[in-house]
Amino acid sequence: MTHSLTLTVNGEEKTVALDDPRVTLLDLLRERLGLTGAKKGCDRGQCGACTVLVDGRRVNACLTLALTVDGSDVLTIEGVARNGSLHPVQAAFIAHDGFQCGFCTPGQIMSAIGLMAEAGPLDDPERIREGLSGNLCRCGAYAGITEAVRDASKILSGKGGAA
Amino acid sequence: MKRFAYVRPSTLDEALAAGARPGAAYLAGGTNLLDLMKTGARRPDVVVDITRLPDLSAVTVLEDGDVRVGALVRNATLAADPAFARAYPAIAEALLSGASGQLRNMATLGGNLLQETRCAYFADPASACNRRRPGTGCDARGGENRLHAVLGWSEACIATHPSDLCVPLAAHDAVVEIVGPAGAREVPFGEFHRLPGDEPQVTTALEPGEIVAAVRLPGHGKAFAPHARYLKVRERTSYAFAVVSAAAMLRLDRGRIAEARIALGGVAARPWRAAAAEAALVGEVADDAAFHRAGELALAEARPSGENAFKIELGRRAVARVLRLAAAGTPDFAPALPASPFASTTGVALHG
Ligand SMILES: Cc1cc2nc3c(=O)[nH]c(=O)nc-3n(C[C@H](O)[C@H](O)[C@H](O)COP(=O)(O)OP(=O)(O)OC[C@H]3O[C@@H](n4cnc5c(N)ncnc54)[C@H](O)[C@@H]3O)c2cc1C
Ligand code: SF4
Ligand code: FES
Ligand code: FES
Repeated sequence: MTHSLTLTVNGEEKTVALDDPRVTLLDLLRERLGLTGAKKGCDRGQCGACTVLVDGRRVNACLTLALTVDGSDVLTIEGVARNGSLHPVQAAFIAHDGFQCGFCTPGQIMSAIGLMAEAGPLDDPERIREGLSGNLCRCGAYAGITEAVRDASKILSGKGGAA
Repeated sequence: MKRFAYVRPSTLDEALAAGARPGAAYLAGGTNLLDLMKTGARRPDVVVDITRLPDLSAVTVLEDGDVRVGALVRNATLAADPAFARAYPAIAEALLSGASGQLRNMATLGGNLLQETRCAYFADPASACNRRRPGTGCDARGGENRLHAVLGWSEACIATHPSDLCVPLAAHDAVVEIVGPAGAREVPFGEFHRLPGDEPQVTTALEPGEIVAAVRLPGHGKAFAPHARYLKVRERTSYAFAVVSAAAMLRLDRGRIAEARIALGGVAARPWRAAAAEAALVGEVADDAAFHRAGELALAEARPSGENAFKIELGRRAVARVLRLAAAGTPDFAPALPASPFASTTGVALHG
């Protein structure tokens, strides 16, 4: 049986015919919609590399069956820049060396954007580390990531910041 | 992953009809079911997506003061509900200590109750596992079993229930509301999860095709709110299952304990209520000596099921420590590291 699936992805409505219900949201984005920003690290919910926002909430796209989010609004790393300029969290990751190889970075940034929406401005590094513990970085760029999120949080809450 | 038919009912009756089909499995947040479908440990023929069912996503205060939480309420949503966190702070703290921000946004209350053990042999279809395939044996005996049960286990299975949320739910004497083909019924939380015995494959009181509709919390539980904590010992600071965890709730009357509730996680196939330890605390002065004795009593029946004797001493200490934390008072601010033994002094408002 073929299922029809309609999603808003990064502001654009997409209708996809799915011949196989096993397709995860991650595979849909990467293999069928050509959006390879979200990464497949573990495919088991254990690393956070696949993090995207569904209706504004961060989720692991690898543990989400695509059909279950029919009708939802999906935001991926490809959709966060506005009018050609980087999202403040993206800019802060560059300013603070929040990555090395970059594999975990799309997931880190989407998770940080989701975290700020949940928790509001974040200044306490402990809170940031705990809030982002669902995103592993095999390069160990955690110090830069924490600083980047702190700084972006200041900018987004209108309290200045360096990035 | 085996191919399956996907159905998305929009009414409870449709869901129950679909759930009665052979090989059907209900899908909520999917964080456990889909994971196990990927390993091949679960192989449903029909996946019944219950996330669009109406009326199962609310947190309601009932007329008698009890609080009813719908089975589809996401873990993050419940923890972030200010009125709920104020009334049941140990539950909020346990929720915040579980999994990751992403997973808590996905995971539902019902799915958390019904999640499978994290025993690695259960998840691996190539291993012998009485819980997954009755009669095949148990590869955890003589295998990797540091994190397995020290209470209530049997020769057939030594697995633990991994949930954090379920630990304070047990301490609160919650009630599980169930709907099924034969109508609605209720099961006390303490009878919901089964000890393995000779039938480790029967993990809960849920019959095939039944749906957990809600969990009801007695209104009396709010009396513990000033002294209610959860403590979770993990192998890393965050984003890890409990090695051992404990919830403690106290009602204090001029320094003496009027009522105590204690439950442990990570030690048995169900959240473990420590009734003898609770009873022994009543009337006692709330001090370290009493808490230490409670820890001894809570683990009195424990015995190692493998290379896990350390969990018995860890359990005693976790009970004593969480009682001390509870006696000191529920913090106004959720700790930056919820339920952590490393909790820092900084934090944000637990409730607005
Ligand atoms: C990497 C990782 C780390 C984790 N860490 C923790 C942790 O630290 N602490 C913790 O407590 N948990 C942890 N979890 C487990 C997680 O909390 C559970 O997977 C989650 O709560 C399951 O909820 P769900 O809605 O996703 O369930 P699903 O995966 O949708 O379902 C799980 C089971 O419940 C059944 N089911 C679901 N809802 C109902 C219902 N209403 N009625 C009848 N049957 C139903 C399904 O059929 C299935 O058998 C972790 C999970 C992962 C992947
Ligand atoms: S401990 Fe239980 S779940 Fe683990 S392999 Fe043995 S029977 Fe299976
Ligand atoms: S790929 Fe989804 S969490 Fe690792
Ligand atoms: S930058 Fe390499 S994994 Fe994080």
